[in-house]
Amino acid sequence: MLYFVGLGLFDETDISLKGLRTIQNADKVYVEFYTSNLLGTDIEKMEELYQKKIHVLTREDVEQHPDWLHEAKDKDVVFLTGGDTMVSTTHVDLRLRAIDLGINTALIHGASIASAICGLSGLQNYRFGKSATVPHPYTSSRGKTIISETPYDTIKMNMENGLHTAVFLDIDKDRGFMTVNRALELLLEMESRRSEGVMENCLAVGIARAGSENPTVRADFALSLIDVDLGAPLHILVIPASLHFIEAEALVKLADAPKEILHLTEA
Amino acid sequence: MGRRKKMVERVEALMGNPEMIRNIGIVAHIDHGKTTLSDNLLAGAGMISTELAGRQLFMDSDEEEQERGITIDSANVSMVHEYDGKSYLINLIDTPGHVDFGGDVTRAMRAVDGAVVVIDAVEGTMPQTETVLRQALKEHVRPVLFINKVDRLINELQVDAQEMQIRLGKLIDHVNKLIKGMNEERYNAGWRVDAANGTVAFGSALYNWAISVPMMQKTGISFGDVFNYCRDEDMKILGEKCPLHEAVNDMVIRYLPSPIDAQEGRVSAIWHGDKSSDIGKSMVSADPNGDLAFMVTDISMDPHAGEVATGRLFSGSLSRGMEVYVSGVSNTNRVQQVGVFMGPERLEVNGIPAGNIAAVTGLRDAIVGSTVTTLEDMLPFESIKHASEPVVTVAVEAKHMKDLPKLVEVLRQVAKEDPTLKITLDEETGEHLMAGMGELHLEVIAHRIERDKGVEISTTPPIVVYRETIRGTAGPVEGKSPNRHNRFYVVVEPLEESIIELIRNGDISMRMPELERREKLIAAGLHKDEAKKIVNINETNAYFDMTKGIQYLNETMELILEGFTEVMKGGPLSKEPCMGVKVKLMDAKLHEDAVHRGPAQVIPASRQSIQAAMLMADDTLMEPYQKVFIQVPQDHMGGAAKEIQGRRGVILDMTSEGDTTIIESKAPVSELFGFAGDVRSATEGRAMWSTEFAGFEPLPANLIKEVVSNIRERKGLKADLPQASDFMSL
Ligand SMILES: Nc1nc2c(ncn2[C@@H]2O[C@H](COP(=O)(O)OP(=O)(O)OP(=O)(O)O)[C@@H](O)[C@H]2O)c(=O)[nH]1
Ligand SMILES: [Mg+2]
Repeated sequence: MLYFVGLGLFDETDISLKGLRTIQNADKVYVEFYTSNLLGTDIEKMEELYQKKIHVLTREDVEQHPDWLHEAKDKDVVFLTGGDTMVSTTHVDLRLRAIDLGINTALIHGASIASAICGLSGLQNYRFGKSATVPHPYTSSRGKTIISETPYDTIKMNMENGLHTAVFLDIDKDRGFMTVNRALELLLEMESRRSEGVMENCLAVGIARAGSENPTVRADFALSLIDVDLGAPLHILVIPASLHFIEAEALVKLADAPKEILHLTEA
Repeated sequence: MGRRKKMVERVEALMGNPEMIRNIGIVAHIDHGKTTLSDNLLAGAGMISTELAGRQLFMDSDEEEQERGITIDSANVSMVHEYDGKSYLINLIDTPGHVDFGGDVTRAMRAVDGAVVVIDAVEGTMPQTETVLRQALKEHVRPVLFINKVDRLINELQVDAQEMQIRLGKLIDHVNKLIKGMNEERYNAGWRVDAANGTVAFGSALYNWAISVPMMQKTGISFGDVFNYCRDEDMKILGEKCPLHEAVNDMVIRYLPSPIDAQEGRVSAIWHGDKSSDIGKSMVSADPNGDLAFMVTDISMDPHAGEVATGRLFSGSLSRGMEVYVSGVSNTNRVQQVGVFMGPERLEVNGIPAGNIAAVTGLRDAIVGSTVTTLEDMLPFESIKHASEPVVTVAVEAKHMKDLPKLVEVLRQVAKEDPTLKITLDEETGEHLMAGMGELHLEVIAHRIERDKGVEISTTPPIVVYRETIRGTAGPVEGKSPNRHNRFYVVVEPLEESIIELIRNGDISMRMPELERREKLIAAGLHKDEAKKIVNINETNAYFDMTKGIQYLNETMELILEGFTEVMKGGPLSKEPCMGVKVKLMDAKLHEDAVHRGPAQVIPASRQSIQAAMLMADDTLMEPYQKVFIQVPQDHMGGAAKEIQGRRGVILDMTSEGDTTIIESKAPVSELFGFAGDVRSATEGRAMWSTEFAGFEPLPANLIKEVVSNIRERKGLKADLPQASDFMSL
C-alpha cells in the first residue's frame, strides 16, 4: 500500500492526526522537498516527533527513477509532501505509475497554500482563476535570457474574466526562493514590453510564511508593493481582479490595503 | 627605436586621410617568402637596414618563429611610402603560411582591403595558395600577385629567358583561373591579375629586387636585363636599380583600394544590417565622425597593459576613455590605450580614425570576432568562419598540483588569444583537453604555456578528434522531460551537402535577415517549407522547428536549442562533436505552467530525443583527412609513396619536374602521427612535404567498433556501444 500524506504548511506539527498514525504504522517513510518546502522545520525534528526514520528523495528519485515504488507492493510505504498531497502534478503522475505497478494507494490530506491564501487575505476561493508560477529568468549558454511571459498571460486572461490569480514563486535549488518583490519586478518589466495594461494599476497581495505563527499579509498597488519587505520566505503573490465589497473590506483590515480601494469595488 | 618613433609620427599624420591609406595582407603558401618580402617593405620605409632585409625576418619576432624558420602569428606594421610625390600610409599584416596557423590568415582578411598573394615561381600555386585566395575573395579583399624566388628559376632550374617568360605567363593564367572559379562576379568586375596592367610583379625577396611592367617603364630595365643580371649573379645591382619595396608598394598603392573605395564592398560582405541606416552609411564612407564600428580580429597579451584587441575600424574614431558596447555583452567597456603595432612593438597614439587597423586595450569583454561600437543596438558583424576545424587533441595536465587553478586560467586565456583552439573539460575524467589544427599547432601552444605563462605542463601524445554523423533517417522519436509533462518529437536526417557547404562558407547565418537566408537556402535546394523553419545552426548542424501554433513553444525554444547544442558538442555514440546532422522538431507537448517546463525539464528532454534518434539513424564516425604533398628526388620516390600507402593513404596524382617527383596524396590524420620522422628515414631526408586539411570521410566499417570503444574508455563512458533505448525514459 502506498499512502500519500500531505504535511501541511509550515512545520512538523501541521500534519493531521490521521497522517501521523499512518506514518507510525508504516514500514518505510519517504519525503520530497523539492516541490515545496516546510521552512519551519527540518528532518531531525520531524523524525523526533514522528518517531520514525524518514528518507529524503531527490527530484530524480521522484521523476525519473522511482524504483522505491516497488517496495509498496508488499509493504506499507508513506510518501510525504509539503502542503496537500496531489497538488503538484508530479505526484499525480507518481500515483498513476503506482497503479500501473498494481499498488493500492490512499490519500491523507493536509492544509494547502491554495486555501491558506484565501483565509489570510479574505479573498474568496470561488473567485480564483487559473494559477501561474513566475520562474527565475534563465540565461542560456548562448547568452540569451528568457523570461517566461506565461504568468503575464494568465493574469491577463483571469482579469478579463473577473478572476483573481494565485502566482506561485519559483523555488530553485541554486537560485533560491523568489520573493514577491522580484516577481513584481519581472511582471512589470513584461508590462513595459507589452503595454497591455495588465499590471500598471493593479492591486497585488503579498503573503509570507503562511501557516507560521507570524505570517505577513500586505495588499497594495503593485507599483507600491514592489518596495515592501515581507521578510523571510516562503512568499506567494495574488493578483486580485475586481473586488467584491467584502473582499475589499477584508484586504483593508487584514492586509493593510490603502482605504481608497473601498471605492474600487464592483457592487 | 628612434626610427620607429619617427615613423609613428608620420603614420599618425596620415591616419586621418583615408584616400592615402592602404590596408593590406601578405598571404601565401608556407615558405613562399611572405616575411622576407615584408622585411623588404620595412627596409624601404627606413625601418630596418637594407642589408638586413630578407635575412632579419623582423616580423618573425618570436624566438620560436626564428628557431623554426616559420611565421606562427600574424604581425602588423604601419609604414609610410612615397609614391608620385605623395606620402601614403600602408598598414600591413604578414600572415603565417603553415596550415596549422591558417586561422590567422582568415582573421587578417577581416582587417584588410587588399592582399599581396605571394607565389614561389618554382613551386607554383599550392593548396594553401588557393585557400588564402579563396578567403580573400570571400571577405571582398582584392588581390594582386607577387611571384617570388624568380632567382631559383634561373639558378636552380636553369631555364632560359624564353622559358622563364612562358612559366610566369602560365602561373598568372592559373591564378586568374582560380579567381574566376572562386568568384566569377568579382572576376568579371575586373579582379584579375595581369602583368600588362601592373597588377603582377615578380622578383626575389631574398635578393631585394622586383620588377613589373610599370617598373620597367620607370627604370628602363627590360625583361632580358633582369634575366641577365640573375644569370650573371649580379642581383645586388638589380636590387639597387629595381628595389623590391618600390615595385611592390607602387603596385599596392596604385591597384589596391583605399578604405574609401573598399569599405562599401567589404561591409556588404561582412555585415547584414541596413545600409541606409546612419551606421550603415557611416561605415560605407569610413566616416571618422560617425558612431564607432570596430571589428576585433586578434587578441594578444601584453605583459604590462593586459589584453590587446587588434582589429579594423570601419566607422568613427577610437580614443582613450570612450565607453563602448561589445557585442553579446550588456555592460560597457572603457577604452584605455589606443595604438598601432610596429611588428613586435605597440606604440600609443592619441586617436585612430575610421579606415585604419587599431590596437586597443581596456576591452575586457572583447573576443576575436566581437563588434565594438558606441551604439547600444548595432547589428554585429558576421562572425569569423575558419576554414579548417580542430582535428587533433591532447590532454594537458599541470606538472605540479598547486598549479591547477592557474592552468585553468591560462587555458582560458590561450583559447581567447587563439580562437582556432578548443579547450574542453572532460567531466567524466576531469581532464583538460586542448584541440587544435595539427600537431605543430598544439606543440607551439604547449610551449608557450610553459614559456610565457610560466606553468609547467605535461601533455599526452596527440589523438584524433572524430566527428559523429548519421547516414540514415529516424523518427519522430519522443523525448520526455523528467516530470513527463513535456514531450518533444524529432526527426533526424543527414543535412543536405549543399546546405553544409553554405554553412561552411559562411554564406548563411542566423544573423542575416530571415528573407535573405531563406532565399539562399531555397537556391541551394532546400524545400521552401523547411527554409523558413530553420531556427539554429551549430557548426554544420541545423535545427528546424516544423511545428505550427504550439502555445508556449516560443519561450521554450531557447531551452530546446540548449539541448541541441549539447548533443552537437558531443554525440550519443562517443561524445565527439557532430557534423551534418539535421534535426526537425515535428511536435511538442508543453506544460501550461512555466515552472514545470524550465531548464531542468526541457533541456534533457530535447537532448534525449536527439540522442535516441541519432542512434536509430545509423550513427557513425567520420575521420579527418589531410592532403599530403611530397616533393622528392626520383630515386626516393618509392620510399615516400610507401609511407603514404602504408597509412591507409591514397596517391591522387604524381608529376615530375626535372629530377623531382611531386606526389599528391591524402591519408587519415590518425595515421599521420610520426610521419615526419618516417618519411625522413624512408627518403634519407630528401623529401620536402606539406599538408592541407582535406575534410572528413567515413571511418571504415571494420574500425568503428574498436575506435568507438577506445574513445569511450578514454572518456570514462560505459564501454558497451550505446543503444537508442539508453536515451529513452519510460
Ligand atoms: N632563393 C630564394 N629564397 C627565398 C626568397 N624569398 C624567400 N626565400 C627563402 O625562403 C624561405 C622562407 O622565407 P620566409 O620569408 O620565411 O617565408 P614565409 O612565406 O614567410 O614562410 P611562413 O611564414 O612560414 O609561411 C627562407 O629560407 C627565405 O630565405 C627568394 O626570393 N629567393
Ligand atoms: Mg613568414
